[in-house]
Amino acid sequence: MITLENLTIQAGDFRLNDLSLHIPTGDYGVLMGETGSGKTTLVECLCGLRSQEKGKIKLAGRDVTYLRPGERNIGYVPQDGALFPNMTVRNHLALPLSIRKWKPEAIAQRTEQLSDLLGLGSLLDRFPATLSGGETQRVALGRALAFSPSTLVLDEPLSAMDDHTHQQMVKLLKNVQQWTSVTVLHITHSREEARQLADCQLVMRQTGHLEPVNQQKESARS
Amino acid sequence: MKTLSNNDEQKNAPNPQTNPAHKVRSDRPFHIAFILIAGTYLLLLLVMLLADASYMFQENSPEVLSHDWSIAHPWLARIVNNPIGAALSDSNIQYSIVLSLVSCTITAMLSLVVAIPVGYLLSRHQFFGKNLIDAIFDIPIVLPPLVVGLSLLILFQYAPPVIREQVVYQLPAVVLAQFVVACAFAVRTMRATFDLIDTRREKVALTLGCNKAQAFRLVVLPEAKSGILTAGTLAWARALGEFGPLLVFAGATRGKTEVLSTTVFLELSVGNLGAAVAVSLIMIMAAATVLIIIRTWGTNKLTL
Repeated sequence: MITLENLTIQAGDFRLNDLSLHIPTGDYGVLMGETGSGKTTLVECLCGLRSQEKGKIKLAGRDVTYLRPGERNIGYVPQDGALFPNMTVRNHLALPLSIRKWKPEAIAQRTEQLSDLLGLGSLLDRFPATLSGGETQRVALGRALAFSPSTLVLDEPLSAMDDHTHQQMVKLLKNVQQWTSVTVLHITHSREEARQLADCQLVMRQTGHLEPVNQQKESARS
Repeated sequence: MKTLSNNDEQKNAPNPQTNPAHKVRSDRPFHIAFILIAGTYLLLLLVMLLADASYMFQENSPEVLSHDWSIAHPWLARIVNNPIGAALSDSNIQYSIVLSLVSCTITAMLSLVVAIPVGYLLSRHQFFGKNLIDAIFDIPIVLPPLVVGLSLLILFQYAPPVIREQVVYQLPAVVLAQFVVACAFAVRTMRATFDLIDTRREKVALTLGCNKAQAFRLVVLPEAKSGILTAGTLAWARALGEFGPLLVFAGATRGKTEVLSTTVFLELSVGNLGAAVAVSLIMIMAAATVLIIIRTWGTNKLTL
């Protein structure tokens, strides 16, 4: 469950006012918005990387408004992955677990599980510089899912991908959500992506105002 | 209305028949001028170094040349009996070489210890008076070196005599004088390094469960590695060339606070040009080694 209650964020000259949003547990929420509407600002606030002026953030039924990023149990996949250039794929998956002081055997087991889920088997010992766009996003996804977070936030994860990779990733994201039953907030500006993935859709207007999109209407139109 | 505006457009539009094709003037003068200027400066630098080297081989003491074998093989004699060899066998100069190497290394390490946090704070945080503080860190770069030394000397006039006697004109003064200037260069380099590193990766690390220190150690530092190497070697090279502050604050006592740059000065002041050039060449070789290290392992994106 992701709930925002009257969230107000001030970021430089930019301001988001009184945002409210609710995505039920296990749902795939898609937030659409034009460039410059403050999507990334909202994501950073949700992850605890930016503080809010007022309002409340609840994740999985817990008020996380004043918790630190690492305590919110939220997986974050930023735009174009932001992998760590000095780490192998295996180390990416292991990092959140070794921070949590997991035993090496448990980490190895979890790494294997993730690489099966995301098809990373042949990539485990490679460095980010040698990965393609789709592979990079899969690794970023694996890193975000490694510690089994309750919530997953994806910031335009499929932009700048060719059609074929795009389709594969859409399929993969659906599968991931089914297997892990994580609550997802997916940010995009593609209507097509929203239609393919969303359980519930929201549109962010230029003014920093959120509007729910009527699902029936949208599917009837398509 | 519509036809009118169409007419207007036709009037103003360039006519390919009546307008002669635009001819672009040659790029050659531009290239020639720039390459000439660049070439002249490059030549000046190279000729300068070459002159040092050739001077050293001309300078040979007459008694060496009077040996039988050296008369038979004058070139061999010049190479064997070059002033660098003579300089290296002088115990005062040996001492200054060792002191230079040790003090520069300590200075470079101290500079990194300070420059990494300072560079990170300046790069990542916005705070009141940041521009002013940023400018203060530049003071050692813009201040005349002698003034740095004098300021240090004055500062220690206020220190308790016990501390003053341990520092001023003693070995700690050598490192302190080098550090004040070299660290400013390291700070510049580290700041530029952190500016080039995308903050999103640290942010991701924070969401993965790291605290700031863990994110810094696991994600930021490894990415800054080449920048750290550049900053360290730059600080080392600055420290090696430091002279003004040293002379004022640490003195130039033979066999005590004498480093290579002081040696050059001392040898020059007694008219021993050969030894001065020899020690200069030793410093040029050290500087060249540092340059090669920066170019090979450091980052190319950072310039100073």
